[in-house]
Amino acid sequence: MTTIFGVPMQALFGQLLLGLINGSFYAILSLGLAIIFGLLNIINFTHGAQYMMGAFVAWMLLNYAGIGYWWALLLAPLAVGLFGVILERLLIARLYKLDHLYGLLLTFGLALIIQGLFRNEYGVSGLPYAIPQELSGGQRLPFMFLPNCRGWVVVASLVVCIATWLVIEKTKLGAYLRAATENPTLVQAFGVNVPLLLTLTYGFGVALAAFAGVLAAPVYSVNPNMGADIIIVVFAVVVIGGMGSILGSIVTGFALGLVEGLTKVFYPEASSTVIFVIMVLVLLVKPAGLFGRTA
Amino acid sequence: MAHSAAAASDAANPAAIPEGKDAKALHRLVFIGIAVALALLPLVLYPVFLMKVLCFALFALAFNLLLGYGGLLSFGHAAYFGMASYVCAYGAKVWGLSPELAILAGTATAALLGLVFGALAIRRQGIYFSMITLALAQMVFFFSLQAKFTGGEDGIQAVPRGSLFGVVSLADDRVLYGLVALIFLGGLLLIYRIIHSPFGQVLKAIRDNEPRAISLGYRASQYKLAVFVLSTTLAGLAGATKAIVFQLASLTDVHWSMSGEVVLMTLVGGMGTVFGPIIGAFVIVAMENYLAQFGAWVTIIQGIVFVICVLLFREGIVGLFARMLKKPL
Repeated sequence: MTTIFGVPMQALFGQLLLGLINGSFYAILSLGLAIIFGLLNIINFTHGAQYMMGAFVAWMLLNYAGIGYWWALLLAPLAVGLFGVILERLLIARLYKLDHLYGLLLTFGLALIIQGLFRNEYGVSGLPYAIPQELSGGQRLPFMFLPNCRGWVVVASLVVCIATWLVIEKTKLGAYLRAATENPTLVQAFGVNVPLLLTLTYGFGVALAAFAGVLAAPVYSVNPNMGADIIIVVFAVVVIGGMGSILGSIVTGFALGLVEGLTKVFYPEASSTVIFVIMVLVLLVKPAGLFGRTA
Repeated sequence: MAHSAAAASDAANPAAIPEGKDAKALHRLVFIGIAVALALLPLVLYPVFLMKVLCFALFALAFNLLLGYGGLLSFGHAAYFGMASYVCAYGAKVWGLSPELAILAGTATAALLGLVFGALAIRRQGIYFSMITLALAQMVFFFSLQAKFTGGEDGIQAVPRGSLFGVVSLADDRVLYGLVALIFLGGLLLIYRIIHSPFGQVLKAIRDNEPRAISLGYRASQYKLAVFVLSTTLAGLAGATKAIVFQLASLTDVHWSMSGEVVLMTLVGGMGTVFGPIIGAFVIVAMENYLAQFGAWVTIIQGIVFVICVLLFREGIVGLFARMLKKPL
C-alpha cells in the first residue's frame, strides 16, 4: 500500500479526519466563547457544561420523547440557549460593573453545579446515542472510507461557523453587535437596547455550544464530563487564535484539530499536549495570538 | 481595561483600608492567637485532619499572595502544588532522600516551573493570564498522566515519612504535626513580611494601576514575575509537605479542579486579606471531610458556595470582619 513518511495512507487520512472532526468542535466552541467575550467581557467557563447539556438534551429528546436527531439539532440549542438567557438575566448581568475575573469565577461555579447535577443523575459511564438512519453508511473515497455521520459533522459546523461570521460581519444586527463591543454607552445613546443585545448574545453563544453538543452526541458517547475535558483545550485554542477575532477562532479551531490529528500519527504520546505546546510557542512570538489585535 | 476594572472593584477590597499602628498591634494579637490555636487544636481535632487543613491553608495563602496582592488570577496553581508533591514523593521513596531534602526538592521544582510558566503567562493580562495559566497547568496534568515516574493513575504510594535530619522519626502523627505547623507558620510569616515590605507596596501599586506604576519607573513585569515565582514556590512547599503527610502523591493534586478549589478557599476566606485564606481552607476542607458521604453533591455545594460568594459575599469571611473592625486583617 502507499505510504507517506512511512505511515500507511489509510491511517494518515483516518487521523486527519478525526482531527478535522475535533477541530469542528473546537471551532464552534471557541466561536461561541469569542462572541460572548466580545460583547459581555465574560469568559464563559460554563461553556463546556452547556455543550454537555446540548448532548444530554438530544439524548433525553430521543429517549423520553422519541424525538430524533434532526429535530434535536434545532430544539436542543433553543432549550439550552433559553437556559443561558435565564442565567444571564438572573446572575451574570449583576457582574458587568465588576472586574471580569468575577465573571470567570461565577461561571466556573455554575459549571461545577451543572456538571455535578448531571453526574448525580446519570453517572460518569456515558450513554450511547444511536447514529440516525440518514447518516449511517459511508463514502468509499479512493484513499479512505468516510463514514457519513463524521463527514456531516464537519460540513454542519463549517456551515454554522460561516453563517455566524456572515451575520456578524455583513448584517445590520452584526453591525450593532460590533459597535456595542467597541462602545456600549454610545450605542445605547443611539437608542439600541444594549442589555437586550447582551442577553441575546449570551443566549446565542450558549446555543452554539449546545449545537456542538448535539453534533457530538452520535460521534462520542454522551457523558457528564465531556464538556470539562474539552473546554480547557478550547481555552488554549482561543489564546492561540487571539480572542478579539471571530474569524481567528474558526480558522484556529479547525487548524489545531488537524495538527492534533497529525500528531496522533507521528508521535501519539504528545497528542494531548501538542495544542498547549503550540500555545506556548505562539505566546513567545505573538502574545496577542495569531489573529488578535494588540490593545 | 483590566486595570481600570481592578480599580473599580477596589471599593470591596479590604486591603485598601489604610494601615495604622493599631493594625500592627492587632496583627500581633492574631499571630499569637494562631500560635495558641496551633498548639491547642490537636487536643480536640484529629491531627491528620489538621495537617490537611494546614497544607491547604499554606497553599491558599500562597495563591492569595498572587491574586490578592498581585491582582493576578492564576487558574493553574494545582500544577505547582501537584508537581512539588510528585517530586517530593519520588525523592523520598526512590532516591531515599530524608524528608527535609525531599520537601526542598519539591519546592525547588515548583519554583523552577513557576519561573518558566510565569514568564510566559505574564505576557498577557487579566482573563488571558488566567486562561494561559490554566492551559499550562493542563499540560502538566497530561505530563503527569503519561510520565513514568508519576505512576500514572496510581500515583506514588507508600511514601516513607522518614526521620527529620536523620534523627527525629516522623512516623508519629503528633511529631509530624509539629513539623507541619512550623512550616505553615514559617510560610505565613514570610508572606506577611512580603506583603508589608516595600516590594509588597509596589505590588499593590501595580495591582491598582499598572500604567501609573510603570510611569513612576517600576518594571511591572519583573515585579509580577517575582510574586508569581514566590507564590508557586510556597504552593510547592505546601504540596511537598502534603505528600509527606499523606505518604501519597496523586493526579488529584495536579487536576484543574484543585486549582478551582484553592480559588474557592481564597474567595470564601477573603481575597486580599492576610489571614482570610487560612479560614477559607479550614471551611472548605472541613466541608469536604464532613460532607464526603454525599458524594457528587460536594461539587454541587462547592459550586453553590462559589456562586454565592461571587454574587453576594465578595469580601469573604475575614474581609467582613476587617470591614467591621475598620482595620486590615
